[in-house]
Amino acid sequence: MPADSIQARFRLDYPEFSLDVDLELPGRGVTALFGHSGSGKTTLLRLIAGLQRVREGYLRVNGEIWQDGQRFLPTHQRPLGYVFQEASLFPHLNARRNLEYGMKRAGNAMSSAALQQAVDLLGIGHLLDRRPHQLSGGERQRVAIARALALNPQLLLMDEPLAALDLKRKQEILPYLERLHDALEIPVLYVSHSPDEVARLADTVVLMEQGRVLASGRVAELFSRLDLSLAQDQDASAILEGVVLSHDDDDALTHLEIPGGRLTVTRLACDIHDPVRVRVHARDVSLALDEPGASSILNILPARILELREIENAQVLIKLCIGTGEKTPLLARITRYSRNRLGLHEGQPVFAQIKAVALMD
Amino acid sequence: MGFSNADLQAIGLTLRLASLVTLILLLIGTPIAWWLARTTSRWKGSVGAVVALPLVLPPSVIGFYLLIAMGPNGPVGQFTQSLGLGILPFTYWGLVVASVFYSMPFVVQPIQNAIEALGERPLEVAATLRAGPWDRFFTVVVPLARPGFLSAAILGFAHTVGEFGVVLMIGGNIPGVTRVVSVQIYDHVEAMEYAQAHWLAGSMVIFSFLVLLTLYTINPNQRRF
Repeated sequence: MPADSIQARFRLDYPEFSLDVDLELPGRGVTALFGHSGSGKTTLLRLIAGLQRVREGYLRVNGEIWQDGQRFLPTHQRPLGYVFQEASLFPHLNARRNLEYGMKRAGNAMSSAALQQAVDLLGIGHLLDRRPHQLSGGERQRVAIARALALNPQLLLMDEPLAALDLKRKQEILPYLERLHDALEIPVLYVSHSPDEVARLADTVVLMEQGRVLASGRVAELFSRLDLSLAQDQDASAILEGVVLSHDDDDALTHLEIPGGRLTVTRLACDIHDPVRVRVHARDVSLALDEPGASSILNILPARILELREIENAQVLIKLCIGTGEKTPLLARITRYSRNRLGLHEGQPVFAQIKAVALMD
Repeated sequence: MGFSNADLQAIGLTLRLASLVTLILLLIGTPIAWWLARTTSRWKGSVGAVVALPLVLPPSVIGFYLLIAMGPNGPVGQFTQSLGLGILPFTYWGLVVASVFYSMPFVVQPIQNAIEALGERPLEVAATLRAGPWDRFFTVVVPLARPGFLSAAILGFAHTVGEFGVVLMIGGNIPGVTRVVSVQIYDHVEAMEYAQAHWLAGSMVIFSFLVLLTLYTINPNQRRF
């Protein structure tokens, strides 16, 4: 097995809750632990941090054993950073002293330059002399994230860092988290119950239900699996990853290249060749058998039907792949009536008309 | 008129006794409070009740049992004799031990409440920031629970100054050794020296008022965060 991975095996049996997981997670990038409340995702995170302890546990992070049959490394000896759901700053210390609390103890070659980097990344330079009660909820959470980063951790654990914030505060922090995603070299485990956050931030998803792992894989792959709850949600969507191909400044458009095709979106503030991630909702995709003629829809892509599944309200969920490969999945939700009228079936070539593309970063 | 030499001696003794008892109580009361605040053991209730007993028992009852325990045939007495310390009743140290028992709940309960109010989270946060158990205690628990510790110290001190029944049972009335202010007042009254009694009693009222005033000023029920 590769040295840069996280292996986690935990079993726990309470009368009202049990957990049984055996996971191998990538040693870099953002992995979302996704599920409803009570699915055990936070418990799993706490077990990995050593905040909770089970006798039957095995945890190996990038080649180092943190827990097995004999050993149990206490939390304060694990080289991790942890961001709690609610603001967890020490109220008796100002923001700067909160940051220094962990840095001093981590004691490694943490230079002031690295602290500066964490401060800049989270945009908290002007807040450092304030006490926690003088900060807004969003600002507190940004300081808490910077505090975890300033430890120079080998693993960053985040337990729904946005859940306690209102929509406006969420929007305020998300860009910072996206910057983290791009800037960090270390693996991040991110607990969330929001498909939107997962779609924006994660590379890999672990889908949890009732203390078990239901599925895990690349985010684009999991979002488009028809057998999972993600695809059956009202907001079901496909995640497409591509690069910026060119800009069309006259018409304020940007062309993206995705595996199997091209997408045109409104002008992005990105450079050519920048990676971008977009989300296409199943409800925004309609299908046609022949190439439509004149249309106001910008993106009409040849695709092939991979799978059909009937869902509630006489609707059908269809998984497509763009182009001829099977690399880029797309979801479409249409009525059962349309499916029957067009006689849609697996393997059939169609044209997917994408009415809207939501940009992720 | 004012304080007689005997009065001043009693005041000095009382302050010495109360300071030492407060110090001892902070040292042994804190771990007990910590345990009571955080344990899920089924003994929690019993231990909590034992600690709180002095709140409801007549001081003479506590004094009586302590007298027997510390006496020549009691377990504590046998232990102190085996160490060559003699027996404790009617000595300053006997008074110290008795006062520690008697004032224990006044120190344990404020600390216990403060630690309970703190909850688990700040300690978990500190652990994820590389702080070990002692480090967490001194850099997180003590500063965050400081009002609780201050209340505990003030109440422990004041309550030791104010004890009477236990002192009479354990310490008797030996000038400079066990004759504290409350006993001295009793002596004045017995001897019909009301003017002297007034001086001491009035001082106690002012002292107690100031103690409570301090307490309510530093710890106005609500913490700011």
